[in-house]
Amino acid sequence: MSVLVYTESDQGRLKKTAFEVASYAKAVADQLGTTVTAITINANDTSELGTYGVSKVLKVSNTALEPFNAKIYASVIQQAAKKEGAKVVVVSSSVNSKYLAPLLSIDLNAGFATNVLEAPISTSPFVVKRTAFTNKAYEMFQINTDVKLLGISKNSFGLKENKTSLTSEDFSPSIPDSGIHVESVDKASNKVTIADAETVVSAGRGLKGPENWGMVEELADVLGAATACSKPVSDLGWRPHSEHVGQTGKPVASNLYIAIGISGAIQHLAGINASKVKVVINTDAEAPFFKAADYGVVGDAFIVVPQLIEKLKAFKAQQ
Amino acid sequence: MKILVCISHVPDTTSKINFTDDNTKFDTNGVQFVINPNDEFGLTRAMWFKEKQGAEVTVINVGGAETEPTLRKALAIGADAAIRINTPATDGFSVAKQLAKVVKDGGYDLIIAGRESIDYNGGMVPGMIAGLTNSNFVNNCIGLEVDGNSAKVMREIDGGKETVSTSLPLIIGGQKGIVEESDLRIPNMRGIMMARQKPLTVLEPIDVAPETASVKFEKPAQKGAVKLVSPDNLDELISLLHNEAKVI
Repeated sequence: MSVLVYTESDQGRLKKTAFEVASYAKAVADQLGTTVTAITINANDTSELGTYGVSKVLKVSNTALEPFNAKIYASVIQQAAKKEGAKVVVVSSSVNSKYLAPLLSIDLNAGFATNVLEAPISTSPFVVKRTAFTNKAYEMFQINTDVKLLGISKNSFGLKENKTSLTSEDFSPSIPDSGIHVESVDKASNKVTIADAETVVSAGRGLKGPENWGMVEELADVLGAATACSKPVSDLGWRPHSEHVGQTGKPVASNLYIAIGISGAIQHLAGINASKVKVVINTDAEAPFFKAADYGVVGDAFIVVPQLIEKLKAFKAQQ
Repeated sequence: MKILVCISHVPDTTSKINFTDDNTKFDTNGVQFVINPNDEFGLTRAMWFKEKQGAEVTVINVGGAETEPTLRKALAIGADAAIRINTPATDGFSVAKQLAKVVKDGGYDLIIAGRESIDYNGGMVPGMIAGLTNSNFVNNCIGLEVDGNSAKVMREIDGGKETVSTSLPLIIGGQKGIVEESDLRIPNMRGIMMARQKPLTVLEPIDVAPETASVKFEKPAQKGAVKLVSPDNLDELISLLHNEAKVI
């Protein structure tokens, strides 16, 4: 009865969140006095999982598993859980994991907690702390089923090294019919995504027009950050919808979130609140964002941002 | 085409979030309730199918009588009929079980729910209905076309989008993009008057044992005051981000 963790990869490489959920699974396994088994799907090098406390990896390699398909992936993970007799199954909060997890929950008859922040508060009864009310509250959440499914909030538990000797086993689950066929995938391959970024640079209506986004992109480039925008900006068509962050847009849980010319409507703050450090640059000292931010600059973005870019370039050159 | 739109009755986004009964219950005192925004995008898309393709649209909610104004608002927007399953929404699994029963019994072709509710943020009900009814399921839906028995669905993925083809019956986890903000409808007086005449059926729940339970709530600790840096001293900002916050 190990703890099973689904460690995601992208184009054969394990994602950073894979190591975070593995670290989490190790903490749960320690509480339960058991070990961690990871399952990977078409990942090449899985050796690094041992660094984060995984004892065994079930490697699934099958071209029929490309591209991602939620129903099929849920079935594969369910078969692995059954084989391992797993009592706790851990997944990430990526778009794909959030898609497959409810299906997996039904397949496993497992009570499901999403947005989990910390190692379980207790294992009998099984209680975890999760976010609710779009980061405006924490909920202590009890799972009463024999098997438990946990979706871990991104960037909450962090990476915890725990060198463990790792064995690897090929696993060939049966592949069910799915009823969903992927026709096309439209993805910018060379850009940092909002979901994966450590830093997000976001701008709002204060920038006055789409032609002024050059400096936002340049600041993001210097920081290796993803670019994002507020809702009015995407509604006005200044930036693509895929950049909209906030309650009805994408959630952000980066280490650093820089908001430029965004006043900080409650819906916006709800979506970005899980970010660790928030910086606001705004001409209006009364903007609500200053109440939510850690660091603030009251000033004109058109003067502050270009200066900040130059200073950051100099700083990076020194590092 | 028969469409069922699942409507969650949630506190308005600007509500103050407080708890009562020794922090075990959400305090609804003074809270304005609305249609869950992610569900409202889906409802609006359903209206399009009604007007362009003659679909019949039913809205459904699991909850007590206090949720009926939210269902009436959905009727005022243009849904044809409403169903309320008369039981408190205890956990995601039991809500999904209740809804799956209606989906099966009603022979619905398309079931549209929001990707998550903005109160408990479970994000599990649409997928669970799909699992329980063995229907096709697409989450994070940002575009949906139906032609006869086939559907073409756009799904948001990390860093882009994906287009899939599938068939009905189909469950959708919808979000902004399935329609745009500017497409949302405010009920007009005629809609509100007509909504009073439309059927709102109350169904008694089936027996379901919840799998999970809310034990207690906590509010995040008060954040410290913002540290202001002068726009003439951005080196200080860089130094704070590097040495204090350790994020660059």
